[in-house]
Amino acid sequence: MKERLDIFRRGIIRDNPLFVYALGICPALAVSTSAGAALAMGISTTIVLTASCVLASSTKRALPKSVRIPVYMLMVATFVTLVQYITRAYMMPVYDTLGIYLSLIVVNCLVYGRIETFASRNSIVSSALDALGMGIGYTLAMVIMGIIRELLGRGTIFGVAVLAGHVESVNVFTLAPGGFFTLGIIIAAVNKLTRGRRRGCDFNCAACPASRDCSIKPDKEGGAA
Amino acid sequence: MKEILFIVITACLTNNVVLVKFLGVCPFLGVSNRLGKAMSMAASVTVVMVLSAAVTWPLQHLVLERFGIEYMQTALFLFTIGALVQILEALVKRFRPALEEGFGQYLPLIAGNCAILGVCTANIYDGYTYIMSVMNALGSGLGFGIAMFMFSGIRERIEHNDIPESFKGLPITLISAAIVSLTLVGFTGLAYGLFGMETL
Repeated sequence: MKERLDIFRRGIIRDNPLFVYALGICPALAVSTSAGAALAMGISTTIVLTASCVLASSTKRALPKSVRIPVYMLMVATFVTLVQYITRAYMMPVYDTLGIYLSLIVVNCLVYGRIETFASRNSIVSSALDALGMGIGYTLAMVIMGIIRELLGRGTIFGVAVLAGHVESVNVFTLAPGGFFTLGIIIAAVNKLTRGRRRGCDFNCAACPASRDCSIKPDKEGGAA
Repeated sequence: MKEILFIVITACLTNNVVLVKFLGVCPFLGVSNRLGKAMSMAASVTVVMVLSAAVTWPLQHLVLERFGIEYMQTALFLFTIGALVQILEALVKRFRPALEEGFGQYLPLIAGNCAILGVCTANIYDGYTYIMSVMNALGSGLGFGIAMFMFSGIRERIEHNDIPESFKGLPITLISAAIVSLTLVGFTGLAYGLFGMETL
């Protein structure tokens, strides 16, 4: 039981997919312009991640090695399409805010990373807990970015005025440069806080298609990435 | 004609695929530490992007919409791009082995690149015509190249600097990307100045 709890818990803070392992950067930068959009994107990703991991884990013995990757792609694409259509049917404003980034969950390396390194080797319950923990960690990280960017860029949090009217907003935080800058500063802070305590990366960059030439892999520069 | 030029210029500069729309950030951050590598990557991305846009548009309008199965879009596009990359790789190996060293080796990495799928999906989402879609892909590919070119120059310089311990690796890369991205924000209004319109 304690083991299970640990599997669930580690993705939230200690092995946070975005801040500690820098997975799924594209959507995190793109939709964190406001806390609400970040929350919606995080929840969608969590749903796709959990469903895909459960399915991948339950079919791990039936799939021959040679067709594994295409089948995983198809599984993820199915769940992404489901989430996309459900969002469009019941939450049109959310669908409009997330735009094409919702369908791009299908190429999010966080999803493939978790399937490859965890779900394809572990039991269904462990995989579900792992995916849920990672998803919550990813959502939390995106919402933190969203809050910072929305607060500094527009003076609001989840649309509620906080600084607006009192302090001049720094509009650039809601634009593209603000996204890169916020994530850079947060990851630097995480590096500072965890210096020396972080273990090696168990995320297996091999799941990422760019791994061979990637210059920000943890084993090369020692930083968190 | 005016629309085409508008699409290419906005896709390149004001709506740059990496620095403004955040598509394909992984290869942008990961493979930009050497100018040569960055340019090979950009060339592969541009070629695959144009080809994918040229193939996915007819698939969407002649197959998916005709049979009313638009819900297959995500899966179909994903596999089409994957297949296209495989075919291109085989062709390069067979007919232009000399190209393999620079251009060919990045092809397999591109199948999972969100910029390609993103541009193909956005073409449909924005209701572009066939020519507009292909031109949008071309402009986005060039935009990716411009971003890679600017950024790899900066990355090569950063390497020899004394960076605070916590900023080493990804953080300083992201912050440099923010500054490069800021230069593109400077182009805001360029499209309006040139064409007298903000959007199509």
